[in-house]
Amino acid sequence: MPGDFYPPLPGRADFASALTDAGVSMPDGIIGPDGAPAPKRFNVYRNNVMSSLSEALAQSYPALSNLLGEDYFKAMARVLIAQHLPQSAVLLSYGAEMPEFIEAFPPLAAYPYLADVARLEWAWLRAYHASDCAPLAVEALSSRAPDQLGTLKLCLHPAAALISSRYPIVAILSQNRVAQSGRMDREAGKTSIDMSLSQVALVTRPDLAVHVEALDPASAVFFQALADGKALGFAAEHALAAHSDFDLTVCLRKVLETGAFIAAGGKA
Amino acid sequence: MTQQHLTSDGPSAQNAGAGPHGLPCRAGAGLKPEHVADILQDSPDIGFFEVHAENYMGDGGMPHRQLAAIRERYPISLHGVGLSIGAEGPLDRGHLSRLKALVQRYQPGQFSEHLAWSTHDTTYFNDLLPLPYTGETLTRVCDHIDQVQDVLGLRMLLENPSTYVAFAQSTYAETDFLKEIVRRTDCGLLLDVNNVHVSCVNQQWDAKTYLESFPVEAVGEVHLGGHAVDEDDAGRPLLIDAHDREVDAAVWALYEALIGRIGPVPTLIEWDNDVPAWPVLMNETMAANAILEAEREARSDQPDAVAREARLAG
Amino acid sequence: MTKKTMTAAVLASAVAGALASVAVPQEAAAQAKEKCYGVSLKGQNDCKAGAGTTCAGTSTVDYQGNAWTLVPKGTCVDMDLPGDRHGSLEELDRDLPKA
Repeated sequence: MPGDFYPPLPGRADFASALTDAGVSMPDGIIGPDGAPAPKRFNVYRNNVMSSLSEALAQSYPALSNLLGEDYFKAMARVLIAQHLPQSAVLLSYGAEMPEFIEAFPPLAAYPYLADVARLEWAWLRAYHASDCAPLAVEALSSRAPDQLGTLKLCLHPAAALISSRYPIVAILSQNRVAQSGRMDREAGKTSIDMSLSQVALVTRPDLAVHVEALDPASAVFFQALADGKALGFAAEHALAAHSDFDLTVCLRKVLETGAFIAAGGKA
Repeated sequence: MTQQHLTSDGPSAQNAGAGPHGLPCRAGAGLKPEHVADILQDSPDIGFFEVHAENYMGDGGMPHRQLAAIRERYPISLHGVGLSIGAEGPLDRGHLSRLKALVQRYQPGQFSEHLAWSTHDTTYFNDLLPLPYTGETLTRVCDHIDQVQDVLGLRMLLENPSTYVAFAQSTYAETDFLKEIVRRTDCGLLLDVNNVHVSCVNQQWDAKTYLESFPVEAVGEVHLGGHAVDEDDAGRPLLIDAHDREVDAAVWALYEALIGRIGPVPTLIEWDNDVPAWPVLMNETMAANAILEAEREARSDQPDAVAREARLAG
Repeated sequence: MTKKTMTAAVLASAVAGALASVAVPQEAAAQAKEKCYGVSLKGQNDCKAGAGTTCAGTSTVDYQGNAWTLVPKGTCVDMDLPGDRHGSLEELDRDLPKA
């Protein structure tokens, strides 16, 4: 196969490392039109790399960027980028490390909910690009014999995700994210968020639009059990045991309406 | 390579002049997600839309639905920005497979990539980085282009870069390097006139001389875009290929002269940063189209010139 | 909490109730189609490699960034956690960077 084994060209590896590491100086042989070394010209490339990756992260984490402010986000992104340069040219999958990065980033220890917000934004991005798939159809339930319902197993839809947090991440997200309409929901003032609230976020994309909603605690248990591969009957008993107000009818309707599941083994 | 059928549908069908590689010899625009709703509603009479391949490498959802809807109505051109043809190491075969899947799915009239590198080892830098022009890099680039054309089963176009630095090691002039690539690989070229202007100002080359020595017979598409102005270490103007504004007057002048010389070529307006409302981009596209139309008319009055165009196209 | 079991009859009744009242999928499909191409811009990562920028990012001295000393100026500063808690002290005790 051509192209597999070449000796390194002098300076190329240095070019690469100097792009993202300030401690590495511009390689020899980088010159301007007068033949003189041109560090400022080289910095255009450094700038392009860092700015474009930082912008890519801001595009994928708009609520986080809003929460931290643009300047802070950029400064933090530079640290993340230096630690986690992209390993693929497909940038729409760049930035998966953000939640763990924030969790381990000491300057943000006072804001422990940010990592979960990042998890939710990552789930949003995954949902946006997930493969197209028709959610569970009503026929999957209506055509099943009553005595077979208890053993019915479902799978999470490829776009769906459940994110459980000690913090009100759905409320925080909707307040800090440009909504589908293209406008941020500025009406929801900061005082409207009770930060002591825990929320389980359900992310779905039954067709094209990504939906994020908070599940009530009983539904969350039920959805999580189904997502874990438990049969319908078991999931229902489990949810009822955990929450006496569990309403199976309402929950099943939600299963169908959110499009969070497909039939186990593929076709709905 | 037979892709002429690609021009048989959509608004372009009413317009003459399919290019040698399956795009009409008209002006097109870079497709931006924020414009898709306007485009589908207004059905603008435009030659083609060009997309960055990497934006359609997700599994499904909105990007693919949008592109499929556009493709139903218009020819499209697939423009890669991440293959790293100028890299030292081997091409990413996973990336090549993804490109192949896109080519098969959307049947683009053209596939193009850059004379640049963006990946070293396994790290992707998301920028089009320059390479020295030497016998060694020439061999690598040609090997990579051979591989791309083999895998994708088409004749690709290679785009001349915007550069901000030069390499002391270079032994080829850029145009000679490109000529040799074409000779060895039989690839086509994407002539970015804004890149010519940007590089010529930055490298203190003469743009007219550059274009005279450019192997125009291989050109299958032209790019136009806006640039920003900065300055270098010595206070000289340093142009940045920012794609963030209208095409500069100097670039329009180069373009008009080029089209007068080589005849109508599929021409793209690139606008990737500070993207304007759709009508602004459409206006810019129409300005390019007017130059193409004027040249076509001039040539229809001069059979010799038509023959020359046909020769170039063949 | 008493152990409750899901009999086939209970399940069947719940399924029937859900099916009778379900508001999908036609409505959701129609809604999605209506704004089918009205994209949500944020959260989508539009790759535009090669389009350079003049934004000052890294070309100057402060190359490593200063997120260690900056204070967030976004909306998070308004969202105090209950009980005067601004994050756990244990987390603040983690190793700080040598730089």
